[in-house]
Amino acid sequence: MSKKSIEEINAKIRSGTVAVFTAEEVIDLVRKKGLKRAAREVDVVTTGTFSPMCSSGAFFNIKQPKEKMKLGGGWITLNGVPAYAGLAAADIYVGATAIPDGDPRNNNGRPGKFRYGGAHVIEELVAGKKVILAARAYGTDCYPRKSREQRIGFDDMNEAFLFNPRNCYQNYNVAVNLSDRPIHTYMGLLKPNLGNANFCSAGQLSPLLKDPFYRTIGIGTRVFLGGAQGYVAWNGTQHNPEAPRLENGTPRKGAGTLTLIGDLKQMSPKWLRAVSFTGYGVSLSLAVGVPIPIIDEAMMESVSVSDEDLVAPIVDYSRYYPTGEGEAQLGEVTYAQLRSGSIELRGKQVPTGCFSSYAKAREVAAHLKTVIRDGAFSLTLPVSPLPGAKEGLP
Amino acid sequence: MKKTRVVLSFPPDKVEEPVIYRLIKDHDLMVNILRATIDPGKQGRMVVELSGEESSLSPAFNYLERTGIRVEPLSREIQHLGESCTSCTACVPICPTGSFELDRSSWNVSFNSDRCVACLSCLDVCIYRAIDVSLE
Repeated sequence: MSKKSIEEINAKIRSGTVAVFTAEEVIDLVRKKGLKRAAREVDVVTTGTFSPMCSSGAFFNIKQPKEKMKLGGGWITLNGVPAYAGLAAADIYVGATAIPDGDPRNNNGRPGKFRYGGAHVIEELVAGKKVILAARAYGTDCYPRKSREQRIGFDDMNEAFLFNPRNCYQNYNVAVNLSDRPIHTYMGLLKPNLGNANFCSAGQLSPLLKDPFYRTIGIGTRVFLGGAQGYVAWNGTQHNPEAPRLENGTPRKGAGTLTLIGDLKQMSPKWLRAVSFTGYGVSLSLAVGVPIPIIDEAMMESVSVSDEDLVAPIVDYSRYYPTGEGEAQLGEVTYAQLRSGSIELRGKQVPTGCFSSYAKAREVAAHLKTVIRDGAFSLTLPVSPLPGAKEGLP
Repeated sequence: MKKTRVVLSFPPDKVEEPVIYRLIKDHDLMVNILRATIDPGKQGRMVVELSGEESSLSPAFNYLERTGIRVEPLSREIQHLGESCTSCTACVPICPTGSFELDRSSWNVSFNSDRCVACLSCLDVCIYRAIDVSLE
């Protein structure tokens, strides 16, 4: 098959003749029609995920009052949640996991509820609400003002953009608890003695599992992010292309990640939600959708991999994860097994739960399909590949 | 035979009343205690399933009310806020009675209040705060 260029695909998007399928639909299509024919007929495959990711936050540039104030080097909170003010006079960063001073945290074995934090501030702003800014500064000749308290919303900011150092983890652990007491983790409540197994991936809809060697997803790739259009800014933190892989190229554990950036003012609370993990902390759930251009048959083969052919490692969060001691991995299961509702482990049927919403991931992929078909979203070539992509090229 | 699940709330001065004994002995009901917190001198709550003839149930409820015990249907206790829920399924393996059902074609989670015994296990597990409890 001759290769398809991004320009050809974009021309089809402009003329309204583009053939778009979701990463789920394309599995059946390839089964029915075969790889060759499917690769010819499909131009774009849309992926999607909706899942908590703690490594999230937003940059805000707050409009100056008449008497100017230098927030940089000072102290600032939004609705009581501390923000990072180690930048210029008006730039701050609110991290999703930040919590108010004095908020009840984990205490004497009692798990904290973490009802409000940075993610909630971001969510409220996105929902069009105002938050209370409280700031103190040391004052300079050019920025004399020393304190400020004011209700602010997006109208009071020049820029507000989401900047997440790590999103879209290409695969993740299945968390279990081998101990005899319940534990609260970022993978949720894990009941003792293998009471449940929690996982967190959209599996066959997940962006980086469908482009395992980062052939089309790279720096500069335009993505659907929280209801707006965003971009891959860099590889994400902890990006590890060297993770062991299956024959189909997909990693058997956490591997690649993406740094994402996008205009927060255009995002929607439908696609961006603050979450509270009892006993762990605050986090942000976000919809991300990445279109994958079907540039050749090999790309079609990658995107048509199904939950039966994707695996995740089972990890004990009572001992190995926190201390590094004990068995590193208790086993490996397919996403099809995880989605069935229970997995077999050590002779026991362990019920499974997930933190990544498959229903929402589907909605994201379907939405992205619609906007591409409508000509409202065009594809990009990466400006530069993510680390590790070269090794993956056939 | 009729079966009903109710929440009994005991005021502090009534926690020593042998209510269950009376329901069985005087009203000929089958009482299945699903969950209970009763401490002497404090307010108590009990989730029970009562089974018996229709003609026995209403005198039993009259007895409870006369005694000063508040009776409320269980279904009013726990609410699943569909708008807030993302169907992530974190609650599914946690619920001891399987009240959260996952439809494997739509991948949506629904709540079956008939199965719920108001143990509140799901409350802290839902990261989206999509479960609401009307009494606490």
